[in-house]
Amino acid sequence: MHHVVLDRWSRGASAIHRRDARTKTIAVLVFLVALATTHRNFLAVGLCYLGILLAVMIAARLPVVAALTRAAVVLPFTLVFAVISLAAGEPLAAMTLVGKSYLSALAVLVLLSTTPLPELLHGLEHLGVPRYLLMVVQFLYRYLFVISEEAQHMRAAAQAKSGSVRRVLFDRSKFGAAAGTLGVLFARSYKHAAGIHQAMLARGFHDHFRTLSRHAFRLADAIFLMAAVLLLAGARAAIEAWI
Amino acid sequence: MHIPDGFLATPVWALLDVAAAPAVGYLARRAQRGLEPAKVPLLGVMGAFVFAAQMINFPVGLGTSSHLVGAALLAYTLGPAAAGVVLTAILTVQALVFQDGGVLALGANVMNMAIAGMLAGYLPFHLWGMGRWRRQAIFFGGFLSVLVSAVLALGELLLSGVRMPAAVLGISLGLFAVSAILEGAITLAIMQALASINPDFIRKPQLNGGRVLGWVGLAALLLAVVGVAVASTHPDGIWKLAGETGIASHAKALLGAPLADYQLGLLQSVWLRKAGAGLAGLALIYGACMLCGRLLARQRGA
Amino acid sequence: MEPLIEVRDLHFQYDDGTVALDGVNFRLFPGETVAIFGANGSGKTTFVLHLNGLLAGDGDVSVCGMAVERKNLARVRQKIGLVFQDSDNQLFMPTVIEDVAFGPLNLGIGRNEAQTRAIGALEEAGMAHVSGKAPYHLSAGEKKRVAIAGILAMRPEILVLDEPTTSLDPPGQIALLELLERLPQAKILVTHDVESARVLANRAVFFEKGRITGEGSVEEIITRFGWDRATLKRPATSRF
Repeated sequence: MHHVVLDRWSRGASAIHRRDARTKTIAVLVFLVALATTHRNFLAVGLCYLGILLAVMIAARLPVVAALTRAAVVLPFTLVFAVISLAAGEPLAAMTLVGKSYLSALAVLVLLSTTPLPELLHGLEHLGVPRYLLMVVQFLYRYLFVISEEAQHMRAAAQAKSGSVRRVLFDRSKFGAAAGTLGVLFARSYKHAAGIHQAMLARGFHDHFRTLSRHAFRLADAIFLMAAVLLLAGARAAIEAWI
Repeated sequence: MHIPDGFLATPVWALLDVAAAPAVGYLARRAQRGLEPAKVPLLGVMGAFVFAAQMINFPVGLGTSSHLVGAALLAYTLGPAAAGVVLTAILTVQALVFQDGGVLALGANVMNMAIAGMLAGYLPFHLWGMGRWRRQAIFFGGFLSVLVSAVLALGELLLSGVRMPAAVLGISLGLFAVSAILEGAITLAIMQALASINPDFIRKPQLNGGRVLGWVGLAALLLAVVGVAVASTHPDGIWKLAGETGIASHAKALLGAPLADYQLGLLQSVWLRKAGAGLAGLALIYGACMLCGRLLARQRGA
Repeated sequence: MEPLIEVRDLHFQYDDGTVALDGVNFRLFPGETVAIFGANGSGKTTFVLHLNGLLAGDGDVSVCGMAVERKNLARVRQKIGLVFQDSDNQLFMPTVIEDVAFGPLNLGIGRNEAQTRAIGALEEAGMAHVSGKAPYHLSAGEKKRVAIAGILAMRPEILVLDEPTTSLDPPGQIALLELLERLPQAKILVTHDVESARVLANRAVFFEKGRITGEGSVEEIITRFGWDRATLKRPATSRF
């Protein structure tokens, strides 16, 4: 599963992995904004930014081809619109669309492949995102696999029980069975939540979540951030000035 | 529909990010007051439920199947404030972990799906969920939640100058309408299953003061539609808006071609732009309604 | 010797009227391990949820000399640690170390000390090598031992384990039993697993329909209530 793979990659030990989550987040945001606001010379800027991402992936010791392939999840949607633009005689617009959406997805993927999500969320809290929302995301991520696994089991069980007669038109009983499955999954999810709540109370939870995480913004992080911003802004400015 | 990065024009995604932040902040505070931090695991697990639920196929016939989107269902079981937070969390995970939807576009996706779509889905349940028309209200809510999100998304894409000829637009709208109908049916079916497992899973739509809020919301919807009709008497208005927001360079080709070649497309896309802008305004109006609702509730000492 | 836990005439009814506990009397002394047997639905789990105040019924429940009531809950929950049947529900934080530190942090212990305690508890449970991992990477047995570490980090005097060996494979069960044997705290073991009870417990009680209907040594209870399936007659196999 995709998130399991990224989670594994994110636990690497390169210099990039060791950087503070906030630094990497801000660098990626600068990347995304710089990319989004590029109108002229997109081909050159895009290729340059692709080069930067490749360099980061190599420095982070990520499997480059696998990462490039995973980022392509954005392409089916994008290619539809790209083809339309091409058909209307606008190859530049088509290329810009594909380039921007793919590179943006790749940048986010690199961020998540070098920063475990819980760390990223802690960093986002320091950057001003409401804690309540981040805690919900944290729990969602933690139980994503648990609930998905239960859903898979239930789906397999339902398939095993379903009849072999396949109605071509709307099969009301199958529709109802799927709804029933989700009803049960819903109830089970609720039960998990109740169990988690009990476990929290049993270990002394009373008002709010307290966490271990401390963030240390080291010199290396400051250097990384400055370098990233200068490189991204500088490359684009240079290209727009000279080409 | 999750909009990736690279599609929306800078003023569009930036504005929606700016609009989404306080809206989400408000919902988070509202949910926190209602549900306390101890309920955070419930919201997280319900978010995981929606993800997992997308694996269960609902056979539609002719070899195709659909799956739950979930905005309306979450609103009916957790209440709109908590549903908004859960949906925002889902969209965040989708954008960050699955690269499904952009990060800069997160504001747009949140406004479309977690806020406007969810509220549009909640409205019918809020108004009619306790009466004779309960099942129809649930179906209609599921339907609206998908349709409003989709129309807003299409509107934002068009406003950004993404080329969309009439045929593609028509097909997209058709597919979204079908998707919306299916969401209505799936939401209703699951609600019925839940009612037989444990009726307490489903919230009772609050009435006092809230009913006023509901009718205000409906009025806002009508206002948006009327506003759109009035705006259609000034067809140049939208083009001017596009020009002034500085996306003229994007839209250069688009401005020329539709007028010349795609007359029908022009009408449809203009209508859609206005409807999209109108519905975007609706989202802001919803926000205002929620504030009004709070004031009303306070006045009644609720 | 003062009992660590004293329960007198405990009654509890669910909202729908079902009587879950119908007059339970129970004591736990320091150094003891008591096994609780009983059919599903007999009230075993409901009973242990009263010991740390997750449920509140009619009757007296006191832990380490404190009545289990609202004003004492924080201290009670430090003294008595509950290991739930579902480890996924218990390990709810993103990483092992954060989860094990959850208890100490809630006790008001500072971050540094909480981290130290968490590492110590993980070492005690033999799980220090997974401290940075996410819970879903762990096997069922590992999760259970991490859950125990999470309790140990709070320095309790009593451990309550609800069906700890369910869904563990034999190596996991053995590792768990070895750990539990080492730990000095008094323990309550709610279990169907007769072998673990034999290894760990020096006393057993039997629950039936919300009451304790038998008390004695583990062997006595198992025999009296026919609780050991090893007593099933093997089918005759001779074909020769």
